[in-house]
Amino acid sequence: MALLSVQDISVTIGKLDLLDGVAFDIDSGEILGLVGESGSGKSLTAMCVMGLLPRIGGTITEGSIVFDGREMIGLPEAELRRLRGKRIALISQNPMTSLDPIIRIGAQIDQVSTLHLGLSAAAARDRSLELIAQLRIPEPAAIHGAYPHQLSGGMKQRIVIAMALAADPDLIVADEPTTALDVTIQAQIIQIMVELVRDRGLALMLITHDMGVVAQACDRVVVLYAGRVAETNTVEAIFAEPRHPYTRELIRCIPRLGQAPGSLKGIPGAVPSVIDYPAGCRFNPRCAVADDLCRDTVPALERKASGLAACHFSEG
Amino acid sequence: MAALDPIKTAIRSPRGGASAAVLVLVVACAVFAPLLAPYAYDIQNLPAANTEPGGTHWMGTDEFGRDLFSRIIYGARTSLTVAVSAISISVAAGLTLGAMAGYFGGAFDRAVTAVVDLTWSFPEILIALILIAIIGPGLQSTMVAISIAYLAQFTRLTRAQIMALKNETYVEATTNLGAGHFHIIFRHLLPNALTPVIVAGMLATGDAIILEATLGFFGLGAQPPTPSWGAMMSSGTAQIFIAPWIIIFPGLAIAMTVIAINLFGDALIEALDIRNRLRSS
Amino acid sequence: MFSFFLKRLLLLIPVFLAVSMVIFMIVHLVPGDPIDNLVQINSTPEQKAALAAKYGLDKPLYQQYAIWLGKALSGDLGDAIILRRPVADLIALNLPHSLALGTLALAFSTLVGIAAGALAAVYKDSLVDRTTMTMILLGSTVPGFWLGLLLIMLFAVQLGWFPVSGARSWDALVLPVLTIGLGGVALVARVTRVAMMETARKDFVMMLHAKGVPSWQIELRHVLRHALLPVVTILSLRIGWILGGAVTVEFVFARPGLGSLLITSLNQRDYPVVQGSLLMLAIAVMLGTLLGDIVQAAMDPRVRERIK
Repeated sequence: MALLSVQDISVTIGKLDLLDGVAFDIDSGEILGLVGESGSGKSLTAMCVMGLLPRIGGTITEGSIVFDGREMIGLPEAELRRLRGKRIALISQNPMTSLDPIIRIGAQIDQVSTLHLGLSAAAARDRSLELIAQLRIPEPAAIHGAYPHQLSGGMKQRIVIAMALAADPDLIVADEPTTALDVTIQAQIIQIMVELVRDRGLALMLITHDMGVVAQACDRVVVLYAGRVAETNTVEAIFAEPRHPYTRELIRCIPRLGQAPGSLKGIPGAVPSVIDYPAGCRFNPRCAVADDLCRDTVPALERKASGLAACHFSEG
Repeated sequence: MAALDPIKTAIRSPRGGASAAVLVLVVACAVFAPLLAPYAYDIQNLPAANTEPGGTHWMGTDEFGRDLFSRIIYGARTSLTVAVSAISISVAAGLTLGAMAGYFGGAFDRAVTAVVDLTWSFPEILIALILIAIIGPGLQSTMVAISIAYLAQFTRLTRAQIMALKNETYVEATTNLGAGHFHIIFRHLLPNALTPVIVAGMLATGDAIILEATLGFFGLGAQPPTPSWGAMMSSGTAQIFIAPWIIIFPGLAIAMTVIAINLFGDALIEALDIRNRLRSS
Repeated sequence: MFSFFLKRLLLLIPVFLAVSMVIFMIVHLVPGDPIDNLVQINSTPEQKAALAAKYGLDKPLYQQYAIWLGKALSGDLGDAIILRRPVADLIALNLPHSLALGTLALAFSTLVGIAAGALAAVYKDSLVDRTTMTMILLGSTVPGFWLGLLLIMLFAVQLGWFPVSGARSWDALVLPVLTIGLGGVALVARVTRVAMMETARKDFVMMLHAKGVPSWQIELRHVLRHALLPVVTILSLRIGWILGGAVTVEFVFARPGLGSLLITSLNQRDYPVVQGSLLMLAIAVMLGTLLGDIVQAAMDPRVRERIK
């Protein structure tokens, strides 16, 4: 039984159909990568899992989200609130803006453990100091008393990670945790996250657009394209034998050492806008192998060898 | 004409339409006062003093038996003349000062900014009172006092607009083509900075009407028998127990006019989509 | 924090000098001999000469200013022409009334304004919001003195709940405070409402929801706290605006106070009193602005950082 099971969810905001039948599972101790270009619905999926979709005006019209054996859709806000931060934690995209700028760093971490674990102020502080130290931040006590604007971006993201870990969650949703950071810091942060998750046996849903990060960190991958799942498989299988043309293109876009200058090319065309998704397979306008079938029939997400793929052309 | 399009859009919104109608009515009162007013504004009729509102005197009479309705219609003339001319002077001066400060920068800019910042923290009423202390009471002093009291606001706003525009490429291009400073300021920068300043000026006209009325109420503005909404209420305070209408109706006239100006200005801001540019001040 | 306070205080010195210079110049800019603007009517030539010597009226203007300022700072603001007593005494009599009114009106505007603005923002588009928005429109468009007169008619004349005028008992403060308050509440409520709605859209608020913090705690401890920053900024900028309201309202309610003193002396052309009360009002505005700066720095660590 998976820790989190997202089953064919469809999401609308206003008149826009943003997600269409997105499905995947995450087991405890597993790192799942959720990959796709911007606009593919990655962050929206994260909002669904966090139960925060109504905050941005969205509704789940179909499907179910089962966390630890319990259906999350339709759960009252008070119940969802008790899950958030305590059992499912979020590491957000932009550490620069994720912390309250006028409240001390320490208090923002303490808040989580006093709220969810019922710790006293002193115990919460001790716990936070310990977490800060585990994240290899020097002088935890000084950082605990600092304000966000006194810290660098990389430091702030470590603080956000500490906040996520503060109540010992079972699942962490990390939404592009390194996009806003310098390249030199990115690898460090991913490394720290992977270590912590492995040590504690947590499940991690890692949202990224970077196949390099996927290769470095993940066990399994879900490739999203324009609000639908294109393909899902283990990292080894995806890189060895991508079944969906879009996945192949994504992998082709990873720069390699010794590549001829100018030979690295992006995927031709652009992600279609949600207001006019093409009929049939949504990737068909950019796909080299698409034919009439792809242009009018939506390919089902079917078992292809070790994984699942939604393509009329991929062999089983 | 394209320049009128935002005004049309503003009038088409329900609030904008209603407020525009009120404004047209007030302006009509000011312009056609002698035709619209049933009585002359200064004819006293002591036996009919403090008559209640009714058939012959719709809004009653004041302590001298003068027809309140007629005086309010004429009062629109006083209020609008003072407020509109004061704000026009203020906007013109503010545009010039702000444009030069923003464009030339340096010591001149620092001097202008220092004075503007100094007056900024003082309420308009206090600035107006200081000026009236110097130039003495009266309608013309009121006009001067109001135009100086609001100068800081328009200078500040213009300066902010010019600073933002100055660095845009087309200005640089014009400079490189050898255009003179005044050509750049008046032909290129000011026309683009004009809209928010004029809208701010329109909104300030509402405040100016209140300021004029307040000074009139203090006895420092329009002098008798000139009908001014503020001064009318001032003499009405003595009759507050027996003839409250002398206070109620002029105040209603002010409130209605100022609310209409604010609502129409708001509709105009929406139509022009310049809320952010106005906020820079 | 203390060095910050000192720095701000020092910054006020040039402002004070500029304002006092303008106020000093009043008697020289008014048409006529300055001495006639300063002495009591029917003064003998000897009295005039004594006063001219006291103020150094034969000396250059900048020296006269220095003398005047020196005397003013030591509490000698000259003698009132009409009331024939030291201006300082008049100010001492009137200042407490203005202080009481100003402080109460400021407190009322701030507390009620923040509460109304916050409720309007949290329950956006509800009845509370629409009522607040209407009050905001009325509060910023209705002339303060007219509102005061309406309140007098309703609560003092018709219902007899409060005194019509004067300052003999505490309940005489209620209507004046309400009169200034409506304008102040409108200002504060408008800023609070917009600031709260803007803050609510920030990333860190979404993060707080993701941490599982209850909504009411987010609104009260985080969003409102942020929304108070622009409220304090506006208040510190416009604190004079509320004090300006006090000038009008004192006159309407025939209350003793600096505002009434100023208006009466302006009408009587009693220039020493005009100068004295303007100077006190200007100082009040400057101290109010200083207070606003300090509160702002106490609330926002980023402001403190910028000052260092």
